[in-house]
Amino acid sequence: MDRIPILRMGNFLLVTIQVDLYDRLALNLESDLVQMVSKTGARGVLIDISALSIVDSFMGRIIGNIGSMSKIMDAETVVVGMQPAVAITLIELGLELKGVSTALNVEKGMALLQHKIGSSEDLEEDQDDSSVE
Amino acid sequence: MVIQREQDVVPFRNRVKEYAVKIGMSLVNQTKLITAASELVRNMLKYGGGGEALIEAVSKGRENGIRLTFSDKGPGIKDIQQAMKDGFSTGKSLGLGLPGTKRLVSEFDIKSAVGKGTTVTIIKWKNG
Repeated sequence: MDRIPILRMGNFLLVTIQVDLYDRLALNLESDLVQMVSKTGARGVLIDISALSIVDSFMGRIIGNIGSMSKIMDAETVVVGMQPAVAITLIELGLELKGVSTALNVEKGMALLQHKIGSSEDLEEDQDDSSVE
Repeated sequence: MVIQREQDVVPFRNRVKEYAVKIGMSLVNQTKLITAASELVRNMLKYGGGGEALIEAVSKGRENGIRLTFSDKGPGIKDIQQAMKDGFSTGKSLGLGLPGTKRLVSEFDIKSAVGKGTTVTIIKWKNG
């Protein structure tokens, strides 16, 4: 498996990382996501890392990069589902994931994204208009 | 275990986890150990061009733990003290690898000879 699937849900892109990542896979995800943001005009990116048993400095950097890249592409990023042991390890490692918003689960993450993007956007989720402005 | 490619990293992490589970290490300590292992394996691939990783179950008195040894025959590290500082990196990374790894484990030892290679040994005690 060489790619992490990216799902589109209305204005959002949804990524669920289900396998332990090696570096190349993480880099692919980074570039795929940024391209998808550009192609679809998505306003939000939700990354579910609940299945990740570890996040090391490289993976942490990729998550940070995705957040910053999306930001300059006018999209917000929320990371959800971090395991407690992963959070403890990240902080001891010295990685604070500054600039990345997090939420406990997908539901809260979605709510946070919608809140961030604001009510001016049309947020009907199953509609397939590619955000013509 | 011989580590030559990025794809070798995930199976290696899984092996470390198996050992850690076998001695009954807590989830938090497992996660710290595996994260430390992941950092060191990446260093070995990136700077040492691959190498060998050894996983052993060790004990000291009543304490059980896992010892990991990473050895490569790469260019070696010139200034270990500098390499152990937070934020120092010769590559394009955050420079958290070595000092961060040291914080995650119970014991950390690094030996390096320029031109000959680097060996890093870490131990994580079950309750440490």
